[in-house]
Amino acid sequence: MIPELGHFSLILALAVALVQGTLPLVGASRGDLRLMALGRTAALTQAFLVLLAFGALTQAYVTSDFSVLNVVDNSHSAKPLLYKISGVWGNHEGSMLLWALILALFGAAVAVFGNNLPDTLRSRVLAIQALIGVGFLAFLLFTSNPFQRVFPAPPDGNGLNPLLQDPGLAFHPPLLYLGYVGFSVTYAFAVAALLEGRVDAAWARWVRPWALAAWCFLTLGIALGSWWAYYILGWGGFWFWDPVENASLMPWLAGTALLHSAIVVEKRDALKSWTVLLALLAFSLSLLGTFLVRSGVLTSVHAFAQDPARGMFILAFLLFVTGGGLALYAWRAPQLQGGGLFQPVSREGALILNNLLLCTLAATVLLGTLYPLFLDLLTGNKVSVGPPFFNATFVPLCAPLFAALCVGPFLGWKRAELWPALMRLRVALVVSLAAIVVAMTMIDSRSTLAALAFGFGVWLIVGSLASLTDRVRSGTLRTLPRSTLGMVIAHASLGVVVLGSVATSSWNTELMHTMKPGDRIDFAGYSVQLERMDEVRGPNYIAERATLAVSVGGKPYTVLQPERRLFTVQRRQVAETAIQTNGLRDFYATLGEGNPQQGWVIRLYLNPLAPWIWLGAALCALGGFVSLSDRRLRIGAPSRKPALQPAE
Amino acid sequence: MRRLLFILPLLTLALMAGFFAWSLTSGRDPASIGSVVVGRPAPKLDLPALRPGEPPLTDADLRTGKPVIVNFFASWCTPCLAEHPLFTRLREREGATIVGIAWKNKRDDALPWLKRLGDPFKLAGLDLDGKTGLDWGLSGVPETYLIDGTGIVRRHYRGPITERDLNETILPFLKGAVK
Repeated sequence: MIPELGHFSLILALAVALVQGTLPLVGASRGDLRLMALGRTAALTQAFLVLLAFGALTQAYVTSDFSVLNVVDNSHSAKPLLYKISGVWGNHEGSMLLWALILALFGAAVAVFGNNLPDTLRSRVLAIQALIGVGFLAFLLFTSNPFQRVFPAPPDGNGLNPLLQDPGLAFHPPLLYLGYVGFSVTYAFAVAALLEGRVDAAWARWVRPWALAAWCFLTLGIALGSWWAYYILGWGGFWFWDPVENASLMPWLAGTALLHSAIVVEKRDALKSWTVLLALLAFSLSLLGTFLVRSGVLTSVHAFAQDPARGMFILAFLLFVTGGGLALYAWRAPQLQGGGLFQPVSREGALILNNLLLCTLAATVLLGTLYPLFLDLLTGNKVSVGPPFFNATFVPLCAPLFAALCVGPFLGWKRAELWPALMRLRVALVVSLAAIVVAMTMIDSRSTLAALAFGFGVWLIVGSLASLTDRVRSGTLRTLPRSTLGMVIAHASLGVVVLGSVATSSWNTELMHTMKPGDRIDFAGYSVQLERMDEVRGPNYIAERATLAVSVGGKPYTVLQPERRLFTVQRRQVAETAIQTNGLRDFYATLGEGNPQQGWVIRLYLNPLAPWIWLGAALCALGGFVSLSDRRLRIGAPSRKPALQPAE
Repeated sequence: MRRLLFILPLLTLALMAGFFAWSLTSGRDPASIGSVVVGRPAPKLDLPALRPGEPPLTDADLRTGKPVIVNFFASWCTPCLAEHPLFTRLREREGATIVGIAWKNKRDDALPWLKRLGDPFKLAGLDLDGKTGLDWGLSGVPETYLIDGTGIVRRHYRGPITERDLNETILPFLKGAVK
């Protein structure tokens, strides 16, 4: 009964979305307030209905209702509760439902928080948002119904892919979708602005918080995915340039560019059509990612659906949304008149450089991701574009970006001098040059590039913090606007990420060794002994567990227990790495195949600064949220500020 | 000119979408891996015989002037079970020369398996440590290679061969229609 209710509310949601996607548009063009007001009610109703449907599916998973096909295919009664719940979105149908849910929730959020928007703009934004929702709901109902029943109900299910049974991965998709789908709001704002033919400072101020929120979630989602890959795939890497990782990186890059160009629109009334284009692209690239993952045109760990009919549907949808937006752009954008004039050396100029570089990076990733596919189609040649390509293209492009990143905030609007800005950064400059020298002489003299990249990391941190020093000196740190503080945190945290990834990939130590219980090896100053091998039983797996005693200079240091888990339902093995971290480096151990006669393959890694990669990413998102909190205050309650000033 | 610039994103999208549509309808399998051995002389073969008392398997067995089918199998492999009757049929009806290689399989397991299902192999070798499989670019069992009379690999099937493979490529190859 409950699954049918879920199915039914999904159908109702589609009907409501159709209303929300049409009537407010008509209202906005005719100036009919009643039709426009409909958008708000419809957005809230739609969100409620999709939430109901999502709740129904979750209920089926939690109670292991094996009369629902989706539950049979992706769940098992022996699974821990957390993974029963995360199993809801650990499959094609459920994840599309999650997508539709987040889309509807963002729509409701615009309806609730959009009080300050003009009626026409708000109703257009809500309508566009609903039209996207129509696409997803129709996709669900017509090609991927999660509520399909099966009769007779089997006694138990097939279980969830063991790789997905992990706390990191339970929350990775929801965060990522919050990011992807969040950009639907910026898309809707862009289309609405093109329809109205007006892009101004107010528009930029309205769209920026949404872009910022989406960007923060996307940052967290990507970081969580990368962290998962680091500890579950078991070979110490954290970014693989897998098509799906790239698919999430592209909207992130476009979104980052959007955040920066929107500032120029807000402050200087320039870069309008470019900002609108970025707002369209950030969401289009999110959709492209979905298409690549779900259509089966690429292979990847994430490819759930290998059904060409679904692929065609998403492609048609992608064409409709992106094509529609871009066609409207080609038609209306040339009429957008830019206002502010500025010199190349200025805050605007720096932000344009930032945009150029970020977009080139996004284009590079796009090319590297799609090239193998296109080449295969054209010539039948199979190539794989991997780290060598990206190391040769992506990484060098980051250098000018990072170099300029710290200088930009010191440049004034309209016209600025480069030299005074550099003078204010002289400490940062000296410190980072010193870091390069230290890296070259004390860590590794062979890799100049790594040392250089390390210097860039230090430059980003110290250079970003430099913008605070003046305020510290004058004692005005407390009056620092939160948006500026957010920017400083985000910029500096990028340096933390750079330091972490450079150190981990360039200066790590690794060792692979076959060991029997009792064997001892020396590894990077540590002595590692395989004490014993145990067989452990988990709720739905059997595991081999190695107990590695690590000691330094004869004193016990730590115990690592990597496992190999055999999930009994799927008959699949998954490695469970053991990581001991002290914040500055990870001691990382994985257990490979083996037997009592020949021993077990043990891999050991020492990854310097590895935790900083995710720490930095989390700080980066934190910076975004700090900045967001500022905007909410400023936009939501513009009258509050004078009240806080004490009367003299 | 300026106008054209604004149409550029749309054109890029159209181009990409065209490729995607082509890709979706082409029926290609992105997971398929090309074979490095096709079109080249068959990799080295020097294995002990699977069946006791027979001479070892060598390169010369693949260069007899007649087409040869080489099949890597294992008793622990379920898909091998599925393709097995097809080899039996090839042997009985077409008189094909089929060389079977038991891969990462103990002799004591492989022999009873063949006894139970019928033994279609003219020659059979034992690749216990899987090194020969490595030379042949094997990614798992079953895999099957068609080798012409001069010892050149003409085709490589990953996974079990099917009725369709049999009719469309293997039989024409044996009759000399496919080079």
